[in-house]
Amino acid sequence: MLTHIADKQTALYREHLRLSAQMTSFGGWTMPLKYSGILSEYAETRERVAMFDTSHMGEFLINGALTDGLDRIVTPKIHDMPLKSCRYGLMLNEAGGVKDDLLIYRMDVDQWMLVVNAGTTETDAQHIQAHLSGHVSFCDVSSQTVKLDVQGPRSREILGSFVPGIEKLDYYTFDEFDVLGKNIIISRTGYTGELGFELYGPEKVLLPCWSRLLEMGVQPAGLGVRDILRIEMGYPLYGHEINEDMSLLEAGLGRFVDWDKDFIGKAGLLKLKAETLPQKSAALLSDSRRAPRCGHVIFTEEGEPVGKVTSGTFSPSFKKGVGLALVKTEFGKPGQKILFGSQGQKEKGTIVRRPVYQQGSLKD
Amino acid sequence: MEVLEHYHYTKEHEWVYLEDAVATVGVTDYAQSSLGEITFVELPSVESEVEQFEQFASVESVKAASDIYCPMSGKVLEVNAELEEDPELINKDCYESGWLAKIEISNPDELSKLMTADEYTNFLESIG
Repeated sequence: MLTHIADKQTALYREHLRLSAQMTSFGGWTMPLKYSGILSEYAETRERVAMFDTSHMGEFLINGALTDGLDRIVTPKIHDMPLKSCRYGLMLNEAGGVKDDLLIYRMDVDQWMLVVNAGTTETDAQHIQAHLSGHVSFCDVSSQTVKLDVQGPRSREILGSFVPGIEKLDYYTFDEFDVLGKNIIISRTGYTGELGFELYGPEKVLLPCWSRLLEMGVQPAGLGVRDILRIEMGYPLYGHEINEDMSLLEAGLGRFVDWDKDFIGKAGLLKLKAETLPQKSAALLSDSRRAPRCGHVIFTEEGEPVGKVTSGTFSPSFKKGVGLALVKTEFGKPGQKILFGSQGQKEKGTIVRRPVYQQGSLKD
Repeated sequence: MEVLEHYHYTKEHEWVYLEDAVATVGVTDYAQSSLGEITFVELPSVESEVEQFEQFASVESVKAASDIYCPMSGKVLEVNAELEEDPELINKDCYESGWLAKIEISNPDELSKLMTADEYTNFLESIG
């Protein structure tokens, strides 16, 4: 597959080539799409354990009081976050459109780490710096940070065999752990719906850590299966379910907003909140193995267009197509029968509750 | 990439194997490898008439949906019903158990518009 010459490579790039991964271009990076095969990587993640190189994502360190800007930049309540906990949230533009979604780590009372999407790292850095007051320190550590996601019901057991103490981590918390002689940050978070961990550290720790996990039989997994796993969970992907031109309310992410505080985009969002939402995000399951695809139209059973598919794929667990869509609010309720496809070819499907896949080991 | 002797090929990476007036058709090793794991196959109805180089089937993989074009004109005699439950047969064995359809051909001269195994091998090299 062709990749852009300008695409960046992660520290694990040579490993991916050595393992004969098929590479793809994503968010300005050349990343593994798959290794052994997307379906086998799926089975490993859902049933055992797999690891993903997610070093393309951006990491920012911020040192300063909340009142110096950070609290206004992100949507969730963060002032009450316990030390060493994580929270999911969004960053908005002035109009209330979504600039990015992110994970917020509270390292200390006034020390934070933000983890953002690869394709938006640069614009996020500019946006954040523009809204932080002068005496807050901001450091983009993306280029020095290797990130490795270890995900699956056996992830705790596998990591626990050489990372003492990891079994104590609760869902959405993190700590520093000794990995092969060096301290790195590990959080109990992920993007798969399975029990899992995200490791952040320098190349000199995470490269040997990757090799160690490979030796232990952990399957490397690529972006192909990562997309299936997150669609089954109903997790949004920036550029598909969320973007600058839509509100987080339409994306169904209103619960990640602290309405009691001031934040960038709040005025625009409040206005939308007072109105009835014309459209909202919903999950759908195909009646057949045929998959909904991004760009497909959603129709009523009578053939009236009422929305569009934002992400779609084949679900190996359901043996059916699965997808996420933006549909007129009245057609977005679970149980609603719909058609998807194009004017010339329509397939039957049903709007379903999220997460579509409910058997995950996420909170085990 | 595996290319079999005695088969004929299209530029869209379909193959045809002719026995008297019956053409068995499928997709090539190159096609299955580029598509990735196949998750769904839509086949033409038996008895339907198909035209050379026109779309007659479609496949979906974990990556994308693709149209399949018929290598020769004729009437569909039989389709591979096993693909309905096990579309990955195409990935496992594209030239044998992963066949798509059998066609009673209406014009044997159309074979001249297809590539031989040698020509297809050269074609694969030319597209890298």
